[in-house]
Formats: sequence, C-alpha cells, structure tokens
Amino acid sequence: MTANTHPSVVIVGAGPAGIRAAQTLHAHGVNACLVDEGLRGGGQIYRRQPENFRRQPKALYGFEASKATAVHQAMDKLATSIDYRPQTLVWNAEDHRLDVVREGRAGSIDYSHLIVATGATDRILPVPGWTLPGVYSLGAAQIALKYQGCAIGERVVFAGSGPLLYLVAYQYAKAGAKVVEVLDSAPFSAQCRALPALFGQPMTLAKGLYYRAWLTAHGIAVHQGATLQRIDGEKRVTGVQWQAGGEPQTLDCDAVAFAHALRSETQLADLLGCEFQWSPLNRAWLPSRDSAGRSSVPGVYLAGDGAGIMGADAAEMAGELAALAVLADNGLPIDAVRSEHLQRKLADIERFRHGLETAFPFPEEWAEKVPDETIICRCEEISAGEIRATVNEGHWEINRVKAMCRVGMGRCQGRMCGLAATEIVAQCSGRELQGVGRLRGQAPIKPLPFGLENQP
Amino acid sequence: MALFKRLVEQDRPALAFTLDGLPASGLQGDTLLTAVLTCSEHLRGSDFSAEPRAGFCMMGACQDCWVRLGDGRRVRACSTLLEQGQVVSRDPGRQL
Repeated sequence: MTANTHPSVVIVGAGPAGIRAAQTLHAHGVNACLVDEGLRGGGQIYRRQPENFRRQPKALYGFEASKATAVHQAMDKLATSIDYRPQTLVWNAEDHRLDVVREGRAGSIDYSHLIVATGATDRILPVPGWTLPGVYSLGAAQIALKYQGCAIGERVVFAGSGPLLYLVAYQYAKAGAKVVEVLDSAPFSAQCRALPALFGQPMTLAKGLYYRAWLTAHGIAVHQGATLQRIDGEKRVTGVQWQAGGEPQTLDCDAVAFAHALRSETQLADLLGCEFQWSPLNRAWLPSRDSAGRSSVPGVYLAGDGAGIMGADAAEMAGELAALAVLADNGLPIDAVRSEHLQRKLADIERFRHGLETAFPFPEEWAEKVPDETIICRCEEISAGEIRATVNEGHWEINRVKAMCRVGMGRCQGRMCGLAATEIVAQCSGRELQGVGRLRGQAPIKPLPFGLENQP
Repeated sequence: MALFKRLVEQDRPALAFTLDGLPASGLQGDTLLTAVLTCSEHLRGSDFSAEPRAGFCMMGACQDCWVRLGDGRRVRACSTLLEQGQVVSRDPGRQL
C-alpha cells in the first residue's frame, strides 16, 4: 500500500491512551495527528512537571514511575516525528472534521479516522461549603503537588472514596505536607467483600494496602464509613464536619481534597453522534464501543477513561487496541494475536474494576441526604433545594431540569455538577438513575475566547 | 495569607508580576493559579454571590479559576504559565 492511501488519523488527547495509539500507528507507518489540550503530553495521571523542575520520576509517580517514564519517552519520540499539537482545544466535532483553537487562533482538522481519548475528571458529590477557597478535587490536589510542587494548604483533610483517596493522601504526607485525617466513605466491610475480585490484580491491591498502612504507621488517622458533612469557613476553609456511625465530629484544617472516583469526558463522542449505553458500574451513560474500541459511528474509535473508567494501565492497552482496529479496518496488516491478548487483559482489568466498585461503593444515600442549601452547580450557584423544587414541579428529565433551573447550564457544562444533579433528580422523582437521561453535549464544549482569529 | 504551600522545587528564578495593580512575585514554572494562591487567598468572585473562588479541578474543566491579563485576555489560571511582568487582575464577581 502506498502512503497516500493511508488513512488520515486524528487522536484527541495525549494521555496514556492517546500516546499509545499514536505510537502503534507510527510503528505501522501511519503518522497520526495528535491533538492535546495540555502543555506537555502525559495526560492527567502521568502529567509532567514544567521543564525547569528537577524532581525525579520516582518522586512524582511513585510505584508508577517506570510506566510514566515509558509513556513520556514514547511521547518525546512521537513529538518530533508526527503532527503533534499541544495546547490545542478541540471544541467541536462533526462528520470528519474537528474545530480547534490554539492560543486564540481557530482552525479545523479533517480526518478519515478519529480516536477519542479524552480522559476523565473527578466525580464530585457536593457538600455545603465545597465552593470555598481551599477545597479541591482529589485530582486537583494531586496536580498541585505533582505539577507545581505545592500542597493545597497547610493542614489538609482528604475525603470521599476511591483509590485516589489513599494515593493522594500518601503522596502529600510523603512530600512533607500535613495530612490531618483521611475520611473514607466506604465501610471496612465493603472492602473485605471486594477482596476476592481484587486479588485478580494483586499488585494494584498491594499498592492500595501499602498506602493505607503507611498512613497509619505515620500516625495519620484513616476513618472508614466516614462521611464528610460540611466544610466550614467564611472566606476560606477553617474546618470540616463529618460523621461515622451517627457520631458528629469536627476537624480543624485549612484545605480539603475530596471526590468519589472519576467520571468520563464524553462530550466529543456525543457531538459525533455515538450511541450511548447505560453503565451500571460507572452510574453513567457512556458511548458504546466494541471490545477493540470501535464506536457505533464508522471511523470513530474510543479509548481510555473517556469511554468508561478503567485506569491508566487499561488506557495504554485500549489506545494500542484502538489503533490496531483503525489499521485493521483500513486493510493494513496487524498482529491479531497481540490484539486478542490486549482484549483479554482489558477484560481482566474490567473484572478488577468491579471489585473496586465493591470496595469503594457509591454512597447511594447521598442524594437523599444532601441538605437543600448545598450548592450543586458551582457555576450558576444552583442548590440541591432548587433542583428538588424543579422536580416537585413535575420535571424529571435532566435536560429539562437544566432548562428550568439552570443546573449544569454554566461554563463547565455540567462537568462538575451533572452527575450529582442526576442523582438528585432520580432520587427525588423516584425514578431509576438511567431513566432521567443524560446531559447533552453542546459545542463549544469549553468556553472560547472572544476575538478568535481564523488560521490562514 | 497564602492558600497554597510550596513544598519542593523552590529553587527557581523569581518572576515579578502585578496582582490587582500591586507588585507580586512567583517562580518560573508556576501557573498563574500557583503564583496567585501562594501570595493570596482567591482568584475570582463568583458571578451570583461574589463569594471568593480559588479554582477547583486544576485540569481546565471547571472554569472556576479565570483571571484577566493586561492585554484583556481572560484565561484559566490553572492552565496558563506565569510570565515576567504579567499584569493579572481578579474579577470581584457580582451579587444578585
């Protein structure tokens, strides 16, 4: 086959999935265009520090240092040999064309095949006071340390649940930050129940146990079945209120990092017309994909956490697998054994993911208990009570609720509040979670500056 | 009072900037968010209550860390690196 019959492949997102996809294509003689919003490739979990920082990978990524370094090395090789476009936001996607903006200049990129690897953000279940300065998502707290060498405060409380909770608390304490306490909403009994499934990935399980043991050994209290109730403060955080077994407790602190695992960034798949299906595991509507990453739209492929939360290892595999699917669909020769091997390994990780969900169960009672005065939508300052009032007027479809009370209508387009709002609407209307719809994606998927110049 | 605490990587060249017209200083490699929050407590006022906000997601998604630069551009402080001499101003927000 000659070069000019090669597909023109665009990959959105230079995290573990996007980088491995680009590398796989490159190894097969196809140079993709790799578009990424970040300054330097690596995505969020393997985000790189600015070039003039000196910490070694071990200090930044701990047990994952060799994986992160391998991904970064792959990125560095690709950066000089393919069309790599950092700091570039894809703000719209339609049939075989992406609209992009880079440093105030707008343009478009045509593709024959597209791999969407847009990653995830933290899943947030708001509590009163979460908009105060000093409150950040767990991912944000990690970025402050990893990317900027900073702690989000002098005395930090970590709360919520999921693997990131213990990892980030450990990283903070290890870097010399004062970790006040760790409040895990998951009860100990859930983690015992999950053990059989978790043993399928013994290394990952061992790391999780290590972080927790390390925290305890260093005198940092870790509470399980502990629910963050409220964050106190006037102009910034001064403390938290929490509860375990009905006992109200308080802590003094000047910063809080919290989240309940992650949520997928699905806006581009939505704009492209991909079919979505309900994922009970993720409690979210996610774009459908086959075991190799093909979406329902011909020529559009999905890889990494943007199509369902599976973590960085799975993202690397899914990126490679999607690239192999692109090649195969273009009649190019691929190693079918490798493709099958990757699909099997992804299936193993999927089983482990079910174990994690058992270990860190979603706090189903949150939607019923979150106080009316709690701001849910931080952009538009819409409270839980306003959402409930809208439901009580007879609205139950999330886009309709958005139209009526503006929850999810703000600048973040529901990235921070959408899932929480959906939980409240379902609980309040007495419907199943999957029965209240999903927030529709809208272009531009992130705000654009005024005065965009068109690229010549 | 600062919101953030520098733990490591403090041996970097200082960069001078102004924050709401007053002289301030950050380090090379700081984002605007880091530079502002290591010398003050917030980034903007909210659009509906003017309550102080200091960002939240730090990965360019929540749009709650917008600041304005001297050339009129409005940028996400978490995703913009500090430059020498930058003029940074914070929107006080609005009350309903």
